[in-house]
Amino acid sequence: MIRLAAVLLALVLTAPLPAQESVVTGVSTENIGLNATFDGSDLFVFGAIRRDAPIPPEADPIDVVITIKGPPRNVRVRHKERRLGIWMNTESLPVRQVPSFYAIATTRPLEETLSETERLRYQIGMDEAVRRVGGHDTIEDTTVYTDALVRLKERSGSYQQRDGAVLVAEETLFQTSFHMPANLTEGNYIAQFFLVRDREVISSGTSVIRVAKTGIERWLYNLSRNRPLLYGLASVAAALAAGWLAAEAFRLARR
Amino acid sequence: MQIYLPIAEVSVNSLLLLLIGAMVGLLSGMFGVGGGFILTPLLFFIGIPPAVAVASAANQIAGSSFSAFLAHLQRRTVDFRMGTIMLAGGLLGSTLGVAIFTRLRTLGQFDLVVSLLYVVMLGTIGTLMLAESVRALRRRNDPNAVLVRRRRHTWAHGLPLKMRFHTSKLYVSAIPPFVIGAVVGILGAVMGVGGGFIMIPAMIYIIGMPTKVVVGTSVFQFLFVTGFTAVMHATQSGTVDVMLALILLVGGVIGAQVGVGLAARLRAEQLRILLALLVVAVCLKLFADLVIEPEELFSLTVS
Repeated sequence: MIRLAAVLLALVLTAPLPAQESVVTGVSTENIGLNATFDGSDLFVFGAIRRDAPIPPEADPIDVVITIKGPPRNVRVRHKERRLGIWMNTESLPVRQVPSFYAIATTRPLEETLSETERLRYQIGMDEAVRRVGGHDTIEDTTVYTDALVRLKERSGSYQQRDGAVLVAEETLFQTSFHMPANLTEGNYIAQFFLVRDREVISSGTSVIRVAKTGIERWLYNLSRNRPLLYGLASVAAALAAGWLAAEAFRLARR
Repeated sequence: MQIYLPIAEVSVNSLLLLLIGAMVGLLSGMFGVGGGFILTPLLFFIGIPPAVAVASAANQIAGSSFSAFLAHLQRRTVDFRMGTIMLAGGLLGSTLGVAIFTRLRTLGQFDLVVSLLYVVMLGTIGTLMLAESVRALRRRNDPNAVLVRRRRHTWAHGLPLKMRFHTSKLYVSAIPPFVIGAVVGILGAVMGVGGGFIMIPAMIYIIGMPTKVVVGTSVFQFLFVTGFTAVMHATQSGTVDVMLALILLVGGVIGAQVGVGLAARLRAEQLRILLALLVVAVCLKLFADLVIEPEELFSLTVS
């Protein structure tokens, strides 16, 4: 398994005035190559908190919320129903611009960390991942479908909420890691960092991580999508060669 | 050892895949059947998306037909004239089949239709094989009962567009081989099978071809039709997983070698009962998956 570090170094100097604390974010490498192994890869994220003044002694420990959003995709949620004794897909709901990956990591449980208004304002939470779907001709209750969408994404590891996964050291350095599934979508991943005190966001920062998968599997996938004819011909040629070689090898071995 | 299949987008145990390939190869080595009809459902069971399983199976069959074709070429057991007509039908059928495949996928009904087709097909084949095996076991003591005469004249000989086939020593209409080729082409594209289980009996009983050239000629047709189908699937729906096909292929070659050896040592009737039971078991499992309420009623597709 390959561990990749998104090292956060660059400075964000645009701290809101009343805040004495701001988040330091940035990514040292803008391109991250993930070698897609059977169980995915880990993305290691860390950063620091910059202070203009010392922490008031009576203050509660600071909270950090980190979210990562993958490139959006249009998906279709299909529903199975029993027809003539057989379970088959009947209704389906198209949902536009669904993040292909969405992960939230926090220092404490999300509902304790952030107030509901702040959560909605910054669109943090599984219910915020999927855009509200408007009316549909035949489906009355679309929330059943969007709930199922989040459930399926969570089951496949594409959506994850990890309460308490962010570790803060010395009230200044924080770190966490995300497990990326093997079938993740390539593209720009948006990492957002929120510093939270008294259930309110006092500072936030954003960095973009370009995720590209590496390795033979990725190469094959891209070829099949970009040059399908070449990929098809090459697949057949490879199969003919492999079939022939294996048979010849056995013929030689039996002599 | 787990391996990530790039197009199927799932991780599977590569040894399990090799084993499935070997098992199918074993069947083809022992019985001379291609085994696609058992391979594709087994791939469904280990979690490969049915569309990827079907398209990759076509790719795998092309590969395994190649060495078989070379062997038949050496033995001069290929009727090229007949094979070319069946191939023309096969290419037409494959084009149609790929169009049906793509349409069913956009409707979200591909998995259902392919499962239903397999239930019907495996149910029929399994029952016929079981009946045949039981009959074979019964008449073991009666040597004359085994002799079955090849019908020289069938209804196919009355059709127009007659052609002379020297290798098969036949003067017969070109329509039946074309139609048979087309049916097999459609089945190959939709179900990921070579179609030998339909084509070989049809060549013997409908066209009346001599058994000697039947297998070689069908392998010639499979090679090109499944190759064409795989390229079509790759361009139309992008569902061919070359890694999957290659692993199955290697397993298949190993299995076929073992199968040829085993077939020489074991009793044919008992082997056939085993194969029949396997076919029926796969059929029942597919059927159960259709009628038992699934744990998750929702599914996702990227559109």
